[in-house]
Amino acid sequence: MADPPREPPYNPTTAAFSSPIPHVAELGIELVEAGGGRGLMRLPWRENLVGNPETGVLHGGVVTTLIDSICGLACLTALEKPQPIVTLDLRIDYVRPATPKLDIFAAADAYKVTRQVVFLRATAYQEDPDDLVAAAVGTFMLSGRLGIRPTNEGATSEGGS
Amino acid sequence: MSAFVDLIAEAKASGDIQGLIDAIPYHAYLGIRAREENGALIATLPENEKIIGNPVLPAIHGGVIGAFLETTAIFHLLWTGQTVHVPKTITITVDYMRSAGVRDTYAKAQITKLGSRVANVRAHAWQDDPERPIAAVNANFLIQPADNG
Repeated sequence: MADPPREPPYNPTTAAFSSPIPHVAELGIELVEAGGGRGLMRLPWRENLVGNPETGVLHGGVVTTLIDSICGLACLTALEKPQPIVTLDLRIDYVRPATPKLDIFAAADAYKVTRQVVFLRATAYQEDPDDLVAAAVGTFMLSGRLGIRPTNEGATSEGGS
Repeated sequence: MSAFVDLIAEAKASGDIQGLIDAIPYHAYLGIRAREENGALIATLPENEKIIGNPVLPAIHGGVIGAFLETTAIFHLLWTGQTVHVPKTITITVDYMRSAGVRDTYAKAQITKLGSRVANVRAHAWQDDPERPIAAVNANFLIQPADNG
């Protein structure tokens, strides 16, 4: 009789859900769904994340963090085996100001995975997925070579963005 | 917007950069500080466990680094430029060169082109050595609202 497998096969979606990112949790960002190179996250509106105190509109930088986070997660779920990833670049077009006091959703799609680079598209919206707050494209490097010093070479588990 | 525009004018008159930065809740939340050095604004993002994006390395979240650079660019425009309106970000491109360790991060901006409607600004961030940037942005800001012309 064959021995049972020592551990279940790698499931990128489960792995992505299992490693909490401190700053993502801190902002109150919730994961809505992820898998197969796609992901959706929700950021609830919060007073201390406001960028314009007169209008109550969230700071653009919070949208940057939301988009970078969902891109990283979509990237992880696109991989066949766990690998550290790092953001190489991220371009965001701010299409309209976010409406105050409404949640912001961000969706990402890893549309091309190569041996070293993953290419992604992302959008941010509020009530209507067709009424964008922001549109973005990003690239992530695999294997985490970028910027990692030799002292960190031992870190082999999957990383966030 | 008028009260914030007044605040900008007051802050510039009194030299109180920090008061201007703290007027924005998100900046106060991140604890961003700024000082003027040779006519340029040097911003500091203090070390903080709350902003970790990669607990394995560990490293600061890339989104926070992008937000910090965007903020530095906006305040550089407000502080050194002639603009009286709060710049609105049209596009921002963030390049990540090195992972950001969990320690203080600094940033500085420069205006590449100041047009009548759009300003193009670059900013870069570093930690230990200003010559070894960890990230940089190139951003376009709308500095002239469309509704008054």
